[in-house]
Amino acid sequence: MSAENAAAGTAAHLQHHFVDSEQQQESAKLGMWIFLLTEILLFGGLFCFYAIYRAWNPEMFYDAHTHLDITLGAINTVVLITSSVTMALAIRSMQLDQKRATLLNLFATLALASVFLVIKYFEYAHKFELGQLPGKYYTFEGIAGSNPHVFFSVYFMMTGLHGIHVLIGMGVIGWIAYRTSKGHFSGKYYTPIEMTGLYWHLVDLIWIFLFPLLYLIS
Amino acid sequence: MSDITHDSYLSSPKGIKSWLLTVDHKRIGIMYFVAIMFFFALAGLLAVILRTELLSPDRVLMDADTYNQFFTLHGAIMIFLFIIPSIPAALGNFVLPLMIGAKDVAFPRLNLASWYIYVAGALIAVFSILQGGVDTGWTFYTPYSTGTNTAVISMTTGVFILGFSSIFTGLNFIVTIHKLRAPGMTWFKMPLMVWGLYATAVIQVLATPVLGITVALLIVERLMGIGIFDPAMGGDPVLYQHFFWFYSHPAVYIMILPGMGIISELIATFSHRRIFGYKAIAYSSLGIALMSFLVWGHHMFTSGQSELAAMLFSFITFFVGIPSGIKIFNWLTTMYKGQISFKTPMLYAISFLVLFTVGGLTGIFLGALSVDIHLHDTYFVVAHFHYVMMGGTVMALLGGIHYWWPKMFGRMYSELWARVACAFVFVGFNMTFFTQFVMGSQGMPRRYYQYGEQFARMHGFSSIGAYVLGFGFLIMFVYLIASLFKGRRVGANPWGSLTMEWETASPPIAHNFDTDKVLEHGPYDYDRIEVTPEDEKGKVTA
Repeated sequence: MSAENAAAGTAAHLQHHFVDSEQQQESAKLGMWIFLLTEILLFGGLFCFYAIYRAWNPEMFYDAHTHLDITLGAINTVVLITSSVTMALAIRSMQLDQKRATLLNLFATLALASVFLVIKYFEYAHKFELGQLPGKYYTFEGIAGSNPHVFFSVYFMMTGLHGIHVLIGMGVIGWIAYRTSKGHFSGKYYTPIEMTGLYWHLVDLIWIFLFPLLYLIS
Repeated sequence: MSDITHDSYLSSPKGIKSWLLTVDHKRIGIMYFVAIMFFFALAGLLAVILRTELLSPDRVLMDADTYNQFFTLHGAIMIFLFIIPSIPAALGNFVLPLMIGAKDVAFPRLNLASWYIYVAGALIAVFSILQGGVDTGWTFYTPYSTGTNTAVISMTTGVFILGFSSIFTGLNFIVTIHKLRAPGMTWFKMPLMVWGLYATAVIQVLATPVLGITVALLIVERLMGIGIFDPAMGGDPVLYQHFFWFYSHPAVYIMILPGMGIISELIATFSHRRIFGYKAIAYSSLGIALMSFLVWGHHMFTSGQSELAAMLFSFITFFVGIPSGIKIFNWLTTMYKGQISFKTPMLYAISFLVLFTVGGLTGIFLGALSVDIHLHDTYFVVAHFHYVMMGGTVMALLGGIHYWWPKMFGRMYSELWARVACAFVFVGFNMTFFTQFVMGSQGMPRRYYQYGEQFARMHGFSSIGAYVLGFGFLIMFVYLIASLFKGRRVGANPWGSLTMEWETASPPIAHNFDTDKVLEHGPYDYDRIEVTPEDEKGKVTA
């Protein structure tokens, strides 16, 4: 660490192996973007899986998708996009050193994420009741075409993996809110909030792809 | 190890807790090294037992089911627990920050986390032995892997978790290389080992998530029967093979690329000459990394893919030979008119050149469509794979271990015993696996418990080779451990090398360097800078 930085008073959060805060923040950002790339590739497997089975069973996919509730899906899309806005506002507030506003925005994000999961719960419960389940658990009768359970395998794998990401995101946002309340961040140092924001936008973005692929087949 | 004169990373702070909670890349590298070598020994022991079973076409030690489990465990442990993390996570962790003049990797805590994740994943994978073992082979092909009642789930869960460890290491290295190089070290002044690690990290980050989702799907398929790989339910087992090889072919370059990085260092240091074709070697690493994603179909020539796809995959597979050949020729040209000293690391480097060339060329045979129909799933494939992985990566790893050993521990091993062990390893390896090329070309299928009488002599010879090979490793284990206590002390730069890790004490201090490093000369400026190996100092040179 050079004398200049020690003098500038940025030392508290600066880890020993970085020259200055800028290097530390840039490293964190690059690392986070690479991590998001791995997330996209993880989901990429499922998107590939979707593409192949839809190409093989176009009519069955169309028939099966009519059993998804477009209204609930659309509401959830709006909810999640709004939560991305509040997340972005949380970062902005911290940049302006407004701790209270940051906390409020983080809590709003958490609340919206919970709404998303509650709605998802009702959708899942309805499908469980009807037996619209993946693979060998599929008992529903009323979808034409061969192997309609494949659609629900795809549906539950994709939305399930996405749901797990929402849950993890909520945990991280909760942790960040705790650290904010403890005064760990300031207008000079808010990298963890920004990184959480990047992750949350990705979770949002994946849903923006899932919604039309699953609910809006034409 | 008590008479180290300076405060090295090994001696301070003290106590087991200071190791288990360390964020020092050097200590984490050593911890990885210990764990990885343990699993190497375990899987190696399995290999020796397998070769013993194959001494005779009839039963020697075990029944056929146990044999299936043993070769599966040998493969899975060697691949996922040993060879993938071996060079990057153990040696790479230790040398990367030192080579670029940094104090640590970019995310030290993530680095420690990756070690714990590795240990957790490894334990879960090995736990499957207690659950009755796995008999699918390390590739877990469906539909067999979804039907067999062995412990596929715990093994694949272990693999899934190990993937995170691999991704975190790769991510950490990419950011470290981008952001933490010493001032003055431009991309083309980085040591070639760093280029190798960079190309490796890119593959780790891009390919491993796909393996993650693949084994996750396999686990869900087994647990809930979602039918995606089951033809009776509208699924496709070949899709599993596509997914699996989309990771696992790039994964073999995760294994070989850092080895090639080590070889570049060894050849330049021990030829005492500027490396020939620096940029060509650097770019060819990236070229191999890129092409690795486009050749997965060559594992599936007999699995039922379209003829057009098979032709394209075959064609691109031949192309991988080009960057590999570029490297080989550049290394040879570096040695030409160099002042070569045949120290142990260099002996391993030369072994690598010979064995990897054989392994690489036989890969071209297998990439040729019509030839592959004959050789597919025979011992020829087994031999090819071991020539590139063991003859390539493991030889490079051994060269690297011997090269950086004095840096890691500040002591030198016995050069004489090291050469003896190297001879045993080289001879034993060729006895074991060259025989298998011959058997494979004559039609001996891989993974078979029994075999025809005509293969008995060659199987016997191959097994004796495995014992010779194992004996070589035993010698190595003894003299390396002995060197920790009795080895001769060495200074900062025992080999007379110009890369930055040799500019700090051996073993290095906790923060790597006394001062902030600035690049003063290129990594291979042997034509500009005078530097002599320690044991030649004082000798009169012409």
